[in-house]
Amino acid sequence: MPLIAQPAPAESDYSLVACLDNVRNLSTVLKAIHFREHATCFATKNGIKVTVENAKCVQANAFIQAAIFQEFKVQEEPVTFRINLTVLLDCLSIFGSNPMPGNLTALRMCYQGYGYPLMLFLEEGGVVTVCKINTQEPEETLDFDFCSTNVINKIILQSEGLREAFSELDMTSEILQITMSPDKPYFRLSTFGNAGSSHLDYPKDSDLMESFNCNQTQVNRYKISLLKPSTKALVLSCKVSIRTDNRGFLSLQYMIRNEDGQDFWLLLVDWIRQSHLWNIMKFALNGLFLESGE
Amino acid sequence: MKFRAKIVDAACLNHFTRVSCMVAKLARACTLRIRPHKLNFILPDTAAGGGVSMWCELPQENFFSEFQMEGVSQENNEIYVELTTENLSRALRTAQNARALKVKLTNRHFPCLTVSIELVSVSSSSRMVTHDIPIKVIPRKLWKNLQEPTVPDCDVSIYLPVLKTMKSVVEKMKNISNHLIIEANLNGDLNLKIESELVCVTTHFKDLGNPPSASEGVSQDRSPAEMAEVHVDIRKFLQFLAGQQVNPTKGVCNVVSHKMVHFDLLHEDVSLQYFIPALS
Repeated sequence: MPLIAQPAPAESDYSLVACLDNVRNLSTVLKAIHFREHATCFATKNGIKVTVENAKCVQANAFIQAAIFQEFKVQEEPVTFRINLTVLLDCLSIFGSNPMPGNLTALRMCYQGYGYPLMLFLEEGGVVTVCKINTQEPEETLDFDFCSTNVINKIILQSEGLREAFSELDMTSEILQITMSPDKPYFRLSTFGNAGSSHLDYPKDSDLMESFNCNQTQVNRYKISLLKPSTKALVLSCKVSIRTDNRGFLSLQYMIRNEDGQDFWLLLVDWIRQSHLWNIMKFALNGLFLESGE
Repeated sequence: MKFRAKIVDAACLNHFTRVSCMVAKLARACTLRIRPHKLNFILPDTAAGGGVSMWCELPQENFFSEFQMEGVSQENNEIYVELTTENLSRALRTAQNARALKVKLTNRHFPCLTVSIELVSVSSSSRMVTHDIPIKVIPRKLWKNLQEPTVPDCDVSIYLPVLKTMKSVVEKMKNISNHLIIEANLNGDLNLKIESELVCVTTHFKDLGNPPSASEGVSQDRSPAEMAEVHVDIRKFLQFLAGQQVNPTKGVCNVVSHKMVHFDLLHEDVSLQYFIPALS
């Protein structure tokens, strides 16, 4: 076998072994959080969590549950390493991003432990690709301490309802203002750009609204450039849960449907970002509109 | 010097269009060589082109219903012209569903290859579209640079796998490295490999088969598992793969260790040879 030049380590030498019949179940989710070059991976018996962070105020997590894999073994938990996500995604989609129907790429992923590369064995139609990706020192990830007991407002929407709104956000606006309230306007997205301001309201009884749980009126502003990358996840998902806690932190969770049609909240992508307090004055170009921060 | 040819058969016309598209993807400018029985698209090996060369051959009678030519002289009954490949492929793009296509050498204000396309319209009256493609006639003294390249004695000759799989693999590899290692042995194994500081990726194609060695030159004492390898510029290899829209009837890859890799493809009756030199 040309695959293994030196004697392969025994199965028990690996601290992580994961096998997947359809690699797209993994690559799709990772693509959704690919807004920075590097990611930190944590593997436990429950599955793998991949975390990407930016500017110390946004964090995206993809949970790939152990049940998604056909085989999943973790020796000593947690297994942690940092990896170049761009390279990982290129390797996972080496046989093409849009394979022919019925032509699945199978994956076997092995990691021997600290200091070792992550090994990927991909197979499609008898052709095998071996990738050896060097791993890096894991980095401390942020802990936003976002816990469900502090959640004040929570909405679950069908993603299609938010998709268009997010892809057409007025990027000349520095912020996106999210209003969640038990009373009118219930759920409102506002931008304040060069050409004026825009407000988008979702009525409480809209068909898109899966659930509406708002207890208190909250008006929070988030940096639009940090929110924009979440569009990738939104496009892939079917449902999105929007939650804010008592500090104004925002959590967006996406339900992504598995390609095999497994249709539960298996794959969750979680975005948590800090609310920014804006004390600057801002002039819109029409000159009529003046607003100040909270 | 005269040349005039006509295609009326739709299948031939499509095939000719496909060949010209393939050539356009492989080379920006190329030489068209016209002989009584054959047409060639030639990309000579130049330093500017990074040493890549191409030789594409079409038997004229399989394409043209009418074919007349008169070379430079009786003894040298050939014509060599240089043209921009995109001009030709663009002209032929309008020839889809055409009734007939005529190609001839003309001299309006400058030498041209004139492509006239007869299109059918809804109201049975036909329309003519004419493209004048500027050409440069290549003088006799330069012909010697445009002869069929000799295939060097290779270390390993192997059949190619499905080109589409190869293309998607190489496309992803290009994102990581500029430098591709092609390895093959006489056991029918072909490997594509890239190595960078971050990652090593190797794709293994197995059981491809080796063509029976045609020449005596192939070293007989070579052990079947021994790999012959060649390092090439990944973009040049990808350009070759991107030009192949249809899987060839037959495809062979010849590896000359550390010197070059030679691809020999046969599309129905059109043969294409493509040479990529090794990186030093």
